[in-house]
Amino acid sequence: MQLSRIPRALGRALLAWIRGRSYFEVLTAIVSIAVVALLGVIAVVLFIVAEPSIRTFGIGFLGGTVWDPVAGIFGAAPFIYGTLVTSAIALLLGVPISLGIAIFLSELAPPWLRIPLTYVVELLAAVPSVVYGLWGLRVLSNVMRNSVEPAIQSVLGFLPLFQGNPIGTDMFTAGVILAIMIIPTISAVSREALLAVPENQREAALSLGATHWETTRVAVLRYARAGIFGAIVLGLGRAVGETMAVTMTIGNRNAISGSLFSQGQTIASLIASSWAEAATSPVYLGALIEMGLVLMLISLVINIAARLMVGRFIRRGEGAA
Amino acid sequence: MGAVPEEMEARRPRRGGKTLWIVLGAIVVAGVILGYGVVAGWFSSQPITLTGAGATFPYPLINKWSSVYVNLTGVHVNYQSLGSGAGIAQITQKTVDFAGTDAPLKPSERAAAPGLLHLPETIGAVTATYNLPGIATGLNLTGSVLGDIFLGRVTSWNNASIQALNPSVNLPNNPIVVVHRSDGSGTTFVWTSYLHLENSGWNSSLVGKSINWPVGVGKPGNAAVAGYVIQTSYAIGYVELAYTVQSAMTVAKIKNPANNFVLPSLANTTAAASTATSLPAPGGDWGNVSILNAPGANSYPISSLTYLLVYKELNVLGSSMTQTKAKALVEFIWWAVHDGQTYAPALIYASLPGSIVTLDEVGLRSITFNGQTLHT
Repeated sequence: MQLSRIPRALGRALLAWIRGRSYFEVLTAIVSIAVVALLGVIAVVLFIVAEPSIRTFGIGFLGGTVWDPVAGIFGAAPFIYGTLVTSAIALLLGVPISLGIAIFLSELAPPWLRIPLTYVVELLAAVPSVVYGLWGLRVLSNVMRNSVEPAIQSVLGFLPLFQGNPIGTDMFTAGVILAIMIIPTISAVSREALLAVPENQREAALSLGATHWETTRVAVLRYARAGIFGAIVLGLGRAVGETMAVTMTIGNRNAISGSLFSQGQTIASLIASSWAEAATSPVYLGALIEMGLVLMLISLVINIAARLMVGRFIRRGEGAA
Repeated sequence: MGAVPEEMEARRPRRGGKTLWIVLGAIVVAGVILGYGVVAGWFSSQPITLTGAGATFPYPLINKWSSVYVNLTGVHVNYQSLGSGAGIAQITQKTVDFAGTDAPLKPSERAAAPGLLHLPETIGAVTATYNLPGIATGLNLTGSVLGDIFLGRVTSWNNASIQALNPSVNLPNNPIVVVHRSDGSGTTFVWTSYLHLENSGWNSSLVGKSINWPVGVGKPGNAAVAGYVIQTSYAIGYVELAYTVQSAMTVAKIKNPANNFVLPSLANTTAAASTATSLPAPGGDWGNVSILNAPGANSYPISSLTYLLVYKELNVLGSSMTQTKAKALVEFIWWAVHDGQTYAPALIYASLPGSIVTLDEVGLRSITFNGQTLHT
């Protein structure tokens, strides 16, 4: 009896709220709630479809290193590993370059160069990923195979990271493609953060006798820290979920390997390359959907970590987003 | 100073008017495009369209049939080459009218989709295609050596086991780049079944439409594997014959059970096809059917039947299937296994032997819609 009254009470409260609002307010509230509801529905549906796999493999799914559709054994570790490794390469290569671009555009470039260059960088962010993939497959992969990877191997070949036959279609190439893809995003957003630094920050530093570089480092970069960090997280988000370009360059091998020159697979590329036949068995389909859930979880963790970090910067009073 | 706000006041409505026109223009353009799509879609949806999906192995031939058949009868055949695994998945879910596969259904797959008939529609060959600068077509290879290459045991082109088969060829001292399929593929099933027959190290857990490859780069579809081999020197991959002929790729001669090294060719595939006898009925279990290692001096050892999968009672496809469409589907396949066979040799597929055509006829006559036979 008590329970059945709750919906009615809720409905009445809702009606009361609506009566006091304008149409515009109600409309915006509906679309905002719909987005949250949609995310919930997606998660619930994914859980339902993934259920056979969750039931079969349990928590061991995350640590399983074998992905064998013939035998019906599925483990997520190779793909979590591939996703993390390629994203790490992308950040290692992409972040320094992006910051360089952002600093040049906001602090150093003469105005006649600044405007066209900014446009080009932002345009790069709009290139569809399949185009990067095509270029990666046809051009970059050959350059990596014939020049870059042998050169790295001749210097650092003693490291386990750079062993094996460098064929240019591997985790390293996928990481490089990702770096190229996230550079426009990170540099464009970082530039905005640098531009938001008040002019008097710079003037204050310069008046204290700081050089141009010291001013940039102490007054500008530190001030814009939270914004730059946000830009990096945005880039990381793109790298983690990128599908087409990675599928075309990573070599699609479902195993863990210590060498960056061996073939691998990310979560997104696995889903892209095997969704079509997965419906043949509920466990296979479930395992693939569970991989999707894992990817959502990784993105969620990255975002939460980013929020916490940005929050810390701001609380210290040193930065502004 | 007072003039400035006035000027802005005067401008504002004019600017608003312009925006309105732009928005209206965009809506009109979008409306025209959408309207065109609706009208065109309405007109083009009038003829019958049969949809199929699956194996990339016979795709060049099915594509040819489709373009010829629409001119003959006005019936559109829309076949998506997604791989055998995807084809089986889609026909099991009843989202297509027919499927294509080179791997016969496993018992578990038959159980998931009861009532599916196997109708062999053509015969093709899986080639070992390589990209070795300066070395022409016809390198001698055996299933055993190929197995070692794809297991990662033989890693260099001038390995003694390859050199022993090709004493007069100057093999390069370069690492072998192995290329395989990344999607669920009937071509992979045929290839891995063959390696399992020939190489004792290739155990049965490595046989199937998608397996855990010990080495190599994965690419989706026959065309993508072919493309990767073409652009990568020192690569080796397995590709259906028609694709290698279309792109003039170099292919290996493979040793057959008669101890001859034979090139994959129309004649040698046809020789293998002629040995396909004592086949099951279309509704039976095809799981063990194979023409690998066919007897005969010229038989190419990695040849395979490829099948169309069709439900025996077509009303299981639900409301998307009608009496007219069901009849069109049966007539199309009837045409494909008879007149359609004349297009096979030009695309380097072997024509079906008479015994298999008869078997297909029996299968097609048994297909019904709501219990009613469609072809007598």
